[in-house]
Amino acid sequence: MSTAVSARPARRSVGTWFADTGWRHVVAIVVSAFAIFPLLYVVSASLNPKGTLTGSNQLFSAVGFDSYVRILTDPKNPYPLWFWNTLVIATVTGFVTVFLGALAAYAFSRMRFSGRRVGLVTIVVVQMFPQLLAVVAIFLLMSTIGDWFPSIGLNTHTGLILVYLGGALGVNTYLMYGFFNTLPMELDEAARIDGAGHARIFFTMILPLVAPILAVVALLSFIGTVNEYVIASVMLIDPDKQTLVVGLTKLVSNPRYADWSAFSAGAVMAAIPVMVLFLFLQKYIVGGLTAGATKG
Amino acid sequence: MSQTTIEQEAPQAPPTKRQRQAARIAEAASGSIRWMLLKILLLAIVDAIALYAAFVLVTHQEWLVLGVVLVVAVLVNWIYFSRRRIAAKYLTPGVIFLILFQVFTLLYTGYIGFTNYGTGHNGSKDQAISSLMASAQERVEDSPTYPVTVVERLGTLGLLVTDPDDGEASVGTNDQPLQDAPDATVEGGRAVAVDGWTTLSFAQVISRSSDIEKISVPFSDDPNDGAIRTPDGQNGYLYVSTLQYDAAADTMTDTRTGTVYSDTGVGAFTAENGDQLLPGWQITVGLDNFVRAVTDSSIRGPLISVTLWTFVFALISVASTFFLGLLLALVFNNTRMRFRNGYRILLILPYAFPAFLSALVWAGMMNESFGFINQVVFGGASIPWLTDPTLAKVSVLIVNLWLGFPYMFLVCMGALQGIPDDVNEAAAMDGANPWQIFRRIKLPLLLVTVAPLLISSFAFNFNNFNLIYMLTGGGPRFTDVSIPVGHTDILISMVYKVAFTGQTRDYGLASAFTILIFIVVAVISIVSFRKTKALEELN
Repeated sequence: MSTAVSARPARRSVGTWFADTGWRHVVAIVVSAFAIFPLLYVVSASLNPKGTLTGSNQLFSAVGFDSYVRILTDPKNPYPLWFWNTLVIATVTGFVTVFLGALAAYAFSRMRFSGRRVGLVTIVVVQMFPQLLAVVAIFLLMSTIGDWFPSIGLNTHTGLILVYLGGALGVNTYLMYGFFNTLPMELDEAARIDGAGHARIFFTMILPLVAPILAVVALLSFIGTVNEYVIASVMLIDPDKQTLVVGLTKLVSNPRYADWSAFSAGAVMAAIPVMVLFLFLQKYIVGGLTAGATKG
Repeated sequence: MSQTTIEQEAPQAPPTKRQRQAARIAEAASGSIRWMLLKILLLAIVDAIALYAAFVLVTHQEWLVLGVVLVVAVLVNWIYFSRRRIAAKYLTPGVIFLILFQVFTLLYTGYIGFTNYGTGHNGSKDQAISSLMASAQERVEDSPTYPVTVVERLGTLGLLVTDPDDGEASVGTNDQPLQDAPDATVEGGRAVAVDGWTTLSFAQVISRSSDIEKISVPFSDDPNDGAIRTPDGQNGYLYVSTLQYDAAADTMTDTRTGTVYSDTGVGAFTAENGDQLLPGWQITVGLDNFVRAVTDSSIRGPLISVTLWTFVFALISVASTFFLGLLLALVFNNTRMRFRNGYRILLILPYAFPAFLSALVWAGMMNESFGFINQVVFGGASIPWLTDPTLAKVSVLIVNLWLGFPYMFLVCMGALQGIPDDVNEAAAMDGANPWQIFRRIKLPLLLVTVAPLLISSFAFNFNNFNLIYMLTGGGPRFTDVSIPVGHTDILISMVYKVAFTGQTRDYGLASAFTILIFIVVAVISIVSFRKTKALEELN
């Protein structure tokens, strides 16, 4: 596709430059504007001391941290608690999901047992039905469990985490399974000859070697949990128990009366840690997501 | 590619008995005492939890669940104490969660779809009878005044009642009819304390008055005898229900109007003219919910348009994000372009921003009267972005394009870089122009890589609840339909609304819809997996 291979870059005329890379910059700038403009808007709205939606329309007309103070101290909307709840639920879910998924992936990748193929296919098939489809059944199940064991029933974080762990052996296991398969079996055999048992091989040898995919799966699970609304909204009833997604959605459920800049401040604070983590790990994430595809 | 590698990895022949024995001895020798102790400790915790659960379930008389808990506990112990079953040791924890919260809830959803579960039908028949009788209670006009004392045991409030005629004391709770309490302490003609119960102080009675007003202690085992209630925590009166339950005939009679309601098998006591007493109870209704979904025009109409829109939405979302992503990947696939990394970061920011926040922010920007887009971009116009049926759909697609193109961009970049350059050069030698090279060579190669991702993207958007719910809330609402759904609702958000919003919650109907979605998703998945042969790679 190159038209100016022979010309040296510094000597190219404007016309050639445009035909070669210039138009690319035009496209890139237009699409970049589309991509970042809502983000600029939310940052601007969060810095705006006026609370309403209308007041947020002049970008960066006023800059202050009033709305950050408001959202952090409002007794009706316990934002810090929502943040904390989200952090705890998503972190625990992320870690345990990775652990359960890695255990299963290890078994599928390293061992040959009857029902292995059926097990793998089952996992692939079951993951096609997202958990939120069964939300009615989950709600009724958890409300029944709550009658017997109030500490893991409705309106508890433990209960919600347990429900999320139902999805631990889904797409995650499949991703990890593919990655585990890339480690040569000779490693295991060498360790076995040296007298290591399967537990030691798994914990001290395999897990450190697959750390990148574990990080990716943990992060994907973390982000997935942060975004999960349906089950959280049905299960968490008290405002103090709710997560960011449930609380912030309720906060702007009526745009006319919503404190829009306080919401934006909350959104910015909630998004920044996730975005930083994401950008930091994006190469691995994309690698992980496409691994299954490019290898097939 | 992966097929060959796995074949190499697989053992050539099954191990002989001697080899297996050797492996087991090595396994046993390698386990240190600390691992052993840790294993025993973890199993002890699991067993303690199972034992506690068993106790609780015995007190609730849940024998079936108790059986399941015990079987699972025994199975877990057997697996982890065994020297073999190594694969099971790794699979069990995840599989338990999978079975309980995915497989079981799936089957349970199937069951609920065949019941009338929902508002007015969420308990057993006995619960419905006692709840009906309690809600229809009226004070008996000439009832004597019973001196009462509010007592408590294990967090349950009860009444200690003194009979005004013979001074006999008796005690009971909402669930426990009055029982004689001959050893009660009596002061001034009023029983004030009884062994095993804590008497509430005056201050406690005042502070818990709303709970105390709700106490209704049945006079005897027969619900028709009425109940003692106390408005003030001091004096109790006899309340009798205006409904009379005849257990033999299985009918409810309203004593004021004389109307007889009988169990006609529809899950509620029904009068001859069709009036129902609610709450009713839960019954299996067979295919009623499905029949209703396809015959009741006020449900069928929205169901059809929601289903169509779900497909349109998912297909256009995948297509638009893929083409924009691909276009950008082609634009950026030029090593001489400067600031490529800078643009790249900017372009993937929408993907990194939590999706639910994006939808909420866009909802604010697209607000008809106050939003940024109308106020600033269109200079004060009032374009009904989210409230006009057609525009709302367009808005949903625009926002989903914003949300989804960075992912496709990243994926296509990766895939393009995976296509070797010599393919290009060979085609150029043969005289193909750039468009031909792209159309005939690059695109097919690219599609091999991204096709599975397009399918999973379709599946994701098919159930993209957050975007719909947070951007438009499914609105604008359909007029004159009996379920609370709107023009931009997709199947999954319709299920949520039928089950959890509005005045009536119809779990049965919602689950029937879920089953329909299951079938659709299953068919699509099977067909697409057949096409991509993804399952064949699993060996």
